[in-house]
Amino acid sequence: MKNSMATLSITYREALKQGLHEALQNDKRVFLMGEDVGRYGGAFAVSKGLLQEFGEERIMDVPLLETGFVGAGIGAAMAGMKPIIEIMTANFSLLAMDQIVNNAATLQHMSGGQLNVPIIIRMGSGIGRQLGAQHSHSWEPFYAHIPGLIVLSVGTHEDARSILHAALQSPDPVLLFEYTMMLNIEKEIATDLPIASLSKAKVLKEGKDISIITYGTGVYKSLEAAAELATVGIDAEVIDLRVLRPLDEFTFLASIAKTHRVLIVEDAWRSVSISSEVSARIMENGFYYLAAPVQRLCGIDVPIPYPAHLEEAAIPQKNDIINAVKKMIYRN
Amino acid sequence: MDAKKDLLLLYQMLLIRRFEEKAAELYTKAKIRGFLHLYIGEEATAVGVMQALTDDDNVFSTYREHGHALARGIDPDIIMAEMYGKLEGCSRGRGSSMHLFDASKKFYGGNAVVSGNLPIAVGMALASKKQKKNNITCCFFSEDDVSKCEFHEALNLAALWKVPILFICENNLYAMGNAVRYSHTVTNLEKKGIASSTVDGMNLIKVMHDANTAVEKVRSSGKPYLLICNTYRFRAYSMFDTELYRAKKEVEEWKRRDPIPQFEQFLLQQQWITENEITAFESKIKTKIQKALDFAEEGAREPLEQLTKFVYTKI
Repeated sequence: MKNSMATLSITYREALKQGLHEALQNDKRVFLMGEDVGRYGGAFAVSKGLLQEFGEERIMDVPLLETGFVGAGIGAAMAGMKPIIEIMTANFSLLAMDQIVNNAATLQHMSGGQLNVPIIIRMGSGIGRQLGAQHSHSWEPFYAHIPGLIVLSVGTHEDARSILHAALQSPDPVLLFEYTMMLNIEKEIATDLPIASLSKAKVLKEGKDISIITYGTGVYKSLEAAAELATVGIDAEVIDLRVLRPLDEFTFLASIAKTHRVLIVEDAWRSVSISSEVSARIMENGFYYLAAPVQRLCGIDVPIPYPAHLEEAAIPQKNDIINAVKKMIYRN
Repeated sequence: MDAKKDLLLLYQMLLIRRFEEKAAELYTKAKIRGFLHLYIGEEATAVGVMQALTDDDNVFSTYREHGHALARGIDPDIIMAEMYGKLEGCSRGRGSSMHLFDASKKFYGGNAVVSGNLPIAVGMALASKKQKKNNITCCFFSEDDVSKCEFHEALNLAALWKVPILFICENNLYAMGNAVRYSHTVTNLEKKGIASSTVDGMNLIKVMHDANTAVEKVRSSGKPYLLICNTYRFRAYSMFDTELYRAKKEVEEWKRRDPIPQFEQFLLQQQWITENEITAFESKIKTKIQKALDFAEEGAREPLEQLTKFVYTKI
């Protein structure tokens, strides 16, 4: 890590770790709980060293029982603690779905406003590395479907470093999708980041010809695609949705009012996805801004296969984005 | 034994019984809708356990929780209003019979997904430990939870973390219609690695004694304890159940062990109560339930503009 002026170069993993470290240091109510977060150092080494620094009371290894420790996190949160629960990968979150949906998301409403569940649930997510059909899911749309949850997609290093702090201020349950494919990627970020928003999408690159709306691992792919498109004279705007629920439609509608064209990019399966929802919102509230139909690049509706070439073909890649944009621009 | 306290406990058991009889009647009149699960027959368990807890202790319940809520001291008026779906209900009418909440009584509700409450209760006990509080958490569940992973996960975590939690297994022999003997290879539900005992859940005095001992153990050791109360629901599983799975004779046999007459007999023998006083109790309870019913009838409906309130805190 080297400091240069007001920025520093940092891996996504280190950014997440610094966020955790800060949270544990700032608030005694915060504790991290999950499978292998302590002695092992975290399945992806995000929490490496934290056990030694903060001790077993704050960094709690748990047995393999997703519904058990997520439920325990909910109970602790109801009693005034600030639990950060790590589900090793989003794939295993299905085992805890009853607790997340029926309790974390629901208790406030079902109790007539008497109870709050300020729990943070972090999950390693993303598709790749030939992990096969049970370890390569994009479950963001499942959770974004559920009222009562705040669903955040950590698609940038800035958010990896700063979003946990903001999430801990929320009185309501927050799900953080972190992307394991990005852990080793190094980027420059500001040393003094502002407090992250829990309600706004972010325009990462301004442009006038087309709006690329994306989240998660689609963010850097879209930015790279936009950089290449610039060399052929296409000026694309790139928006990281960040907050998948509640969805910030103001930001992307304002963008479309300017560009009149929109491509939505995501890894999740096409049917009943985040892009389905964004597309519907544009239809409802931005139809007259459009010069061309909304287009989507999504995961192909198939369980993710093991062979690398099939896996790669199952989710949108940089070149797919470039080709889709060119097709939309040149058609007009 | 304390005569004054015992009279209060009899009163509570009778209140639960009559309240639920009225609820069943109101259900047939479609005043109460949704699901309605009656606790009739099991009153000694709720009353016997709840008297062992303090106001600072946390209580988690199931979807068969009217008895627990009443024994915890939640006003029958707001319970009835809740079942009517009225604004004055203990969950502002949003909950229903299955979701009675009263945070002021540390009553964290009926959970309508079997075993959903168990891990949460462990988490709350963990918080008490972390916060160095002296309170315990009491979690009611049923023998049908014992097959579920949440039960094993919750007991394992509680034992592993050494947290102050009292698990109360109300073994009423039937899940919905499936009897415990058809769903478990062992019908002895005690769990290794956690202190436990079994009590006759139809006998208030025995439940009180064992619950007091269990609570004392949890409070002094900070460790979990599992108390299994063998009991029986006299009524159907819910209002939709035609009870094909059990013989009438079996129900009649259990009714002979009804906890309320049993305890009344005890109090009469001790000469702590007279027949006339029991009649006076009944009359007082009748008035109280009528008041709850009137309260619910006169309650307000939540304005439609409030539909999405309480989904998020700041919206």
